[in-house]
This record gives sequence, structure tokens and C-alpha cells, in this order.
Amino acid sequence: MTRCLALLLLAVLWLSPGPGHAEAADEAYAALATTNFDTIRNGVMALSVSGDPRAQIVITALHDGKLYARADRALFIKNADGTFADALTGAAADVPATALKAVRVNNAVRSAVDAALGVLRLFARDTSTRLAAAEAVFLARDPAAVPALDRALAKETDPTVKRRIEQARAAAVLASSDASDADRIDAIATLRARGDLEARSTLGNLTGQTPAVAEAAAAAITAIDRNLQLWSLLESVYYGISLGSVLLLAAAGLAITFGVMGVINMAHGEMVMIGAYVTFMVQQGIKAYLPAIYPANLLIAIPLAFIVAGLIGIAIERTLIRWLYGRPLETLLATWGLSLVLQQAVRSIFGASNRDVDTPSWMSGATELGGLTLTWNRMYIILFAFLVLAALMAALRFTSLGLRMRAVTQNRRMAAAMGIRTPWIDALTFGLGSGVAGMAGVALSQIDNVSPNLGQSYIIDSFMVVVFGGVGNLWGTTLGALTLGIVNKFLEPVAGAVLGKIVVLIMLILFIQRRPRGMFPLKGRAVET
Amino acid sequence: MISPRVSALTIALVLGGAILLAALNQFTPVGSALHVPPYVIALVGKYLCFAMLALAVDLVWGFGGILPLGHAAFFALGGYAMGMYLMRQIGTRGVYGNPNLPDFMVFLGWKALPWYWYGFQWFPFAALMVVLVPGVLALVFGWLTFRSRVTGVYLSIMTQALTYALLLAFFRNDMGFGGNNGMTDFKDILGFNVQADGTRASLLVLSALFLCGAFLVARFIVLSRFGKILIAVRDTESRTRFLGYRPESYKLVVWVLSAIIAGIGGALYVPQVGIINPSEFSPANSIEAVIWVAVGGRGTLAGAILGALLVNFGKTWFTSALPEFWLFALGALFIGVTLLLPQGVMGLFGPRFVKAAVTSAPTISEEEEAPV
Repeated sequence: MTRCLALLLLAVLWLSPGPGHAEAADEAYAALATTNFDTIRNGVMALSVSGDPRAQIVITALHDGKLYARADRALFIKNADGTFADALTGAAADVPATALKAVRVNNAVRSAVDAALGVLRLFARDTSTRLAAAEAVFLARDPAAVPALDRALAKETDPTVKRRIEQARAAAVLASSDASDADRIDAIATLRARGDLEARSTLGNLTGQTPAVAEAAAAAITAIDRNLQLWSLLESVYYGISLGSVLLLAAAGLAITFGVMGVINMAHGEMVMIGAYVTFMVQQGIKAYLPAIYPANLLIAIPLAFIVAGLIGIAIERTLIRWLYGRPLETLLATWGLSLVLQQAVRSIFGASNRDVDTPSWMSGATELGGLTLTWNRMYIILFAFLVLAALMAALRFTSLGLRMRAVTQNRRMAAAMGIRTPWIDALTFGLGSGVAGMAGVALSQIDNVSPNLGQSYIIDSFMVVVFGGVGNLWGTTLGALTLGIVNKFLEPVAGAVLGKIVVLIMLILFIQRRPRGMFPLKGRAVET
Repeated sequence: MISPRVSALTIALVLGGAILLAALNQFTPVGSALHVPPYVIALVGKYLCFAMLALAVDLVWGFGGILPLGHAAFFALGGYAMGMYLMRQIGTRGVYGNPNLPDFMVFLGWKALPWYWYGFQWFPFAALMVVLVPGVLALVFGWLTFRSRVTGVYLSIMTQALTYALLLAFFRNDMGFGGNNGMTDFKDILGFNVQADGTRASLLVLSALFLCGAFLVARFIVLSRFGKILIAVRDTESRTRFLGYRPESYKLVVWVLSAIIAGIGGALYVPQVGIINPSEFSPANSIEAVIWVAVGGRGTLAGAILGALLVNFGKTWFTSALPEFWLFALGALFIGVTLLLPQGVMGLFGPRFVKAAVTSAPTISEEEEAPV
């Protein structure tokens, strides 16, 4: 009933021409000065769409409980220092406090005030405020807001905000009782173009429409559903690629050490962890000595992590692994022991708690692509993973070290006969794999907790990737990582995160039954070890 | 290689030691110099259960050539089966006093006992499950993997994936196994109070008995004709296959048996430590069990028992005396044993205590093309 009244009032107000405009505002102000809640409420609603320059100040005052009325219906705003100002002019007014009564509000008025402030914010100077206001009005679906939205639309210059306001207007039109069918169908088309869950629920809530409108709404809902499904599919794929790129980073180094050299390095995760701690130390160092280049800290950390982890890897190969070639199971145990030592060493030096690694400003934030929200750090990590992969492939294919590595992998004795120092190549290969793990640590420090246990949480997953993809094949590793990532993310909404992971593990165990050597197995006698 | 004399010595030491400790705990006054405090009884009982796990690992690793990185899963499953029995024995003495539902289920708002808890109030049923659950899981897993000839490192990683999957699964509250907290606050077993000294001492002796039994069974198996073929499979699987044997069947039998021994070990472990929770499934535990065997001497059975006792005694001592250094020590143990002591402590006593060295082909082979 009150809504109808308000509409009626609004219609009258809006239809009244120019000069009447101010009168309408005056009338609304007068309504505020009454004690009847309904009248006040209607006054607030009228005021919010009146376009009167003082409207926002007065309604804000009402919101804050600082609006006072005199018996002759004049309004005053109480200042912070206890004096009063005339609400309509803003001039200081010398009125005794005893002559004034605060304008009282109830819940209905309060919600009207909130809605009114929302509408008024549509005219704010700040673009993001306007955008948020348009969104709030959209969600409110208040038919009374249509005139204000029309005015906002006329004034709006920013295309994004303009679109939002159009959508808000469409929602308001659909909610109003006196819009024509043509208007409604236009509004439905606008919402259909918006195509998100909110638009869908707005359309879904439509009742008592004429057949033509109802049909358009149903068609729009179907279209939106299809659209949403597509976006959620894309979103799963994106998250899957994101997870896959993390797995790829963690597993790429392993694909070198395990895949190319046949060495099971259980301390691989600790190389990742060391890379993350290098990032931490680089950040601390730059903060202390060279704050000017702080934004570039990751660019410094990446090569440094590669070098540090690579050198540690070479040291491990020279002192430990070279004694264990041809005994993969013993290598596994020894490197597991090494991983315990490295973890405890880091825990003793840096403490067991998580270390804060900052995300540079150019990596934080997000961008929107249709219905997708893409966070920058994930985007960079995907990019980084593929860059690392490309660099690794190029290094193996086009450098002389890569050539030697491949020669040693393919035929150790022949390579040695050709003058290649195979032990040295072994050490460098292991160093390369470890260095790549170190770089992975830089990336992971951006999305995971930097703690001594960082590596352990990835080691099983990375082994799964390598085993799944097939040993000794970087393409297999890539495909394995992406497949596992995407499958994981598709299962998550269906089965939950933990159960999804369990399902993936079981699927992997079953997959290994069919393809005991992964998707891209090595062929030949090297397989039988 | 596993001489009657060493075996007899092992059994005598394990059984005699356990009985002696139990007797000293029970029949000497508390103040006397000979009295063994109850915590030692519980600790040694725990070690003996670990020794069963080590024995199980040695059976498949030392004789089947399968390096299991997930054997603690079978141990924990046996433990959970026993834990479920003990949970049901609490009855109305729980915090919520529900006669049917364990406390954690009441806490989660469950109304009825899930079907897989049925029967666990009867000890014989629970005991059957202790054997059956790990056994069937091992059977299914082993049948799938051995049949498709998954071997070596792949198999090890698969076993680790298995225990990792179980770890994640048991952490879930919805599974109905107590989630993160697992099961604890046990009251009694077969009518005896689990906290009582007498029960503890009996459990210790019982653990020793089961350990010796498992040792004898394992010894019988590896010394039989079956064991000889098993060792052939371990050393050159392809050649054994070409001679007309079916390596997967041999591996499967020993694999399932090993899982059952581990499960029984877990079942004896739970009443003695008084708690079972998902962390028992953690891959690190399984790998630790492998190092017990490596320390004692792979493929010697008695060495596995010795290694488990030594390493766990060391762990207890280290974690109380130098907690910071335990992981360093354990890590150094892994590295040192594999590099310097490939035949373990048993190897130190001379060749008659250990099997012939495990032969293995070089990983990086000669004539091979490898796409990179």
C-alpha cells in the first residue's frame, strides 16, 4: 500500500514540470518534519529522486539522527558542536534546542533512508562509488528508483557505470507495476545481456506477467543458465590450469632428475622450499638495503633461487647421489633422509612458523573477463610456469649442455667414449633440475605459506604428475600436470576438495594399471631397471 | 641365511625380554630397584608393534623386492579396526553417555551408528576385521598393480599415493572414524581396564608372542620353495617369468601376508598407546618403517626387528634429550645406512647373518633412445 502511494507520489512528482520540481522537494521536506512514519518514509523516497542539491545532506543527517524539526515544519541539522543549521539552505540558524524535536525513524524509514542514500550515491564524483551504488540499486530492485536512475543515466559518462545503471533500471522497471510490456521486454533483454546469477534470480522472481513478458523471461533464464554453465566450466578450466601450472612448476625439475636421470629425489620438495626462503631473504635484504628496487624483488629472487638451489643440487649429487646410481630404491631413502635434514636445518635457522613473503603490487589485484575473475598472481604463475617450461625445453634442445645431457641419457657409455665427462654432466643435470625447483619455490611463495613443510606438501603431487605423464618426457609432464590440475578442479565442486583429491589419487592408481609407464612411456630396454 | 640359531636367539630375546619386563613390573614392589615402571612397559610394547610393521616391510622389501612406502596404512587400518572395538566398549561411560554412539558421533549430531560400525562391539568380529581389512585392501591393490607389472619406483610411489589418499580420507569427519582427533579415551578391552598395569603387561607379552609368531611364519615362508622363487622374482623378475613362474602370484601372496602382519601390529599398538588418529597414515611414517628395516639389515627378518627396536629407542631418547636434533639424526641415519651400511647392523655381524647381496641392474642403461 505504502509502495503504491509512494509510486503515485513519485509519478506526480516526476511528471510535474520544472518549477514544480522545487515544490515537490519542498513538499518532501515538509513530509520529513511530520511524526507519521509513513509520511516520513514517502518523503525520503521522494527526496531521493527529486534531484534537489540538498537532498543528500538532509537524508544523511536523518540517517545519522541529526535531523530536527520545528513545529512549523522547518528542518534543522544539528552540527557536531551542538549548534543548528537550516537544513534547506545550510545557513547557521539560531534556534533554541527546546523548540526542536528530532525526526524519529523506524525500521521502514531506515531502510528507505538506506535505499535513498544508495540512489544518491549514483551521483557521486568517484566512479567506483557510482559503480557500487548502481550495483546496490540493482540488488534493491526498487521501482521508485527509476526516475533517479534515468537522471543518473543522462549524466553518466563512464560506459561501465552506465551499463550497470541500465541494468539497475531494468531490474527496477521489472519490479514496477505500471511499466508497459515493451519496456519490460527491453528490461529482460538488458538483464539477459548481464547474464549473471543476480540477473537470473531477478528474472526468476518475476510473477504475474503477461504471457509475452513471461515467455521472454523464460527464454532469458534459459540463455543465462547456459551462459552461466559455460562460465563456470571456463572457471573450472582456468582454476585447473592454475593448479596445473603450480604442479608443472613443482614437477618440471623432477621430470629432469627423475625423468632424465632416473634419480628419485625425495628432497626435491626441499629445493622448492629453499627457493621460497631465498625469496624471503631477497625481500628482507632489499627492504633493508635497497628499498628503491623493492618492486622488482621477485625478478632478483628468481635467478638467485635458481643458482642457490642449483648449487645445493650439484653438491647433493657430488656427495650423495653419485654413490647410488643404479640403486633407485636406496637413492629414494637417502634423499628422503636428506629432505629431513634440510627441513630441520631450515626450521632451526628460520623458525618453524610461516614467513611472510610479500606479493609485489604489480602482481596483486584481479581483472575481469566476462564472468571470470582472474587474479594477477595466478596469471603470472601460469605465465611463469610456461616460460620455465619453454626455457627448459630450449636448454635441452639447443644448448651444448642440453645436447650432452641427452647424449648421456640415451647412451652413457657411447657418450663417455665421445669425450663427454659423464659424471660432470650428471652433476649439472641434477643441478638444473634442482634449480628449476628453486624457481618454482619463488612462484609458490606467492600463493602458499613459506614454512619448512612447504616442499613436502608438493612432493607427492609432483611425483604423481611425473608418473602420470610418463618418465623422461617434458611434454608428458606438462600434459600430466594440466590434466591433474583440471580434473582436480572439476571434481572439487562435485565431491569437495579432499574427496576430490582422493578420487584423483585412486583414478591415478587405476590409470597406472592401464598404462604402467605413464601417458608417454619410454620405450626399450632402459625401462627394465 | 636365516640360520636356526639366529632365529632361536631372536625369539628367545624378544619373548624372554618381554616376559622379564612384565614380571619385573608386576611382581616387584614399586620402590624396589628392580621395578620396571609402567611407562616402560607401554613403550616396549609399542616398539614390539613397530617391529611387526618392520617385519612386514622386510618380508616384501627384502624378499619380494617391493619397496613399500605405504605400509603404515595397513598398520593404521588394523589399528582403526581395534580402535572401533575399543570405542564400542566405552558404552555409556563416554562424555555424552550415549550407549550406542561414540562421543565424536554424538558431537557431530549423528543419530544412528553407520553400517560399517556394526559388529565391532564383538571382539571376534573386530579381530577378524583386523586381519580382513588390511588383507583385502592389499589383495585388491596388489592384484591390480602386480598384474599390470607396475614395479620398482612406480610401485613405491603408488603405495605412497595409497596411504596419502587414506590419510586424507580419514581426516574427514564425514567418514565416521573420528576425523582429525581419531579415537581415544578407551576404557577396557575384553573386560580388562586398558589403563591397568596388569593389562599393559599382558599386552606386552601378547605383542611379543604375536611378533614371534609372525617371525616364524615369515621365516617359514622365505625358507620354503615358495620363498626361493620369491627371491628369484626379487632379483630378476623377467627371467623368473620366462622360466614359467607367475611372479605376480608370488608377490601377491607375500604382499597380502605382509599387510596382515602389519595390521595385527597396528591392532596391538592401539590399546597400548591409547589413541589412533589419521596421522598414522602419513607417508613419513611408512618411510620411517623402511629405515628401521634398512638399519637392521634388509632381507634378514631378525634384522628388521632389531632395527625397529634400535631406531625407536633412539627416537625416544633423542626426542626427550635433544628434540632439535632428532630429524637431523634420522636424516643422517637414512643417508648413512644407505651409503655406508647397505646390509644394516646385521651385516656387521658377518656374512652368515645376511642374505646374498641384492643385485640390481643399472638404472641408466646403455643402449637407449630417450625422447626429451
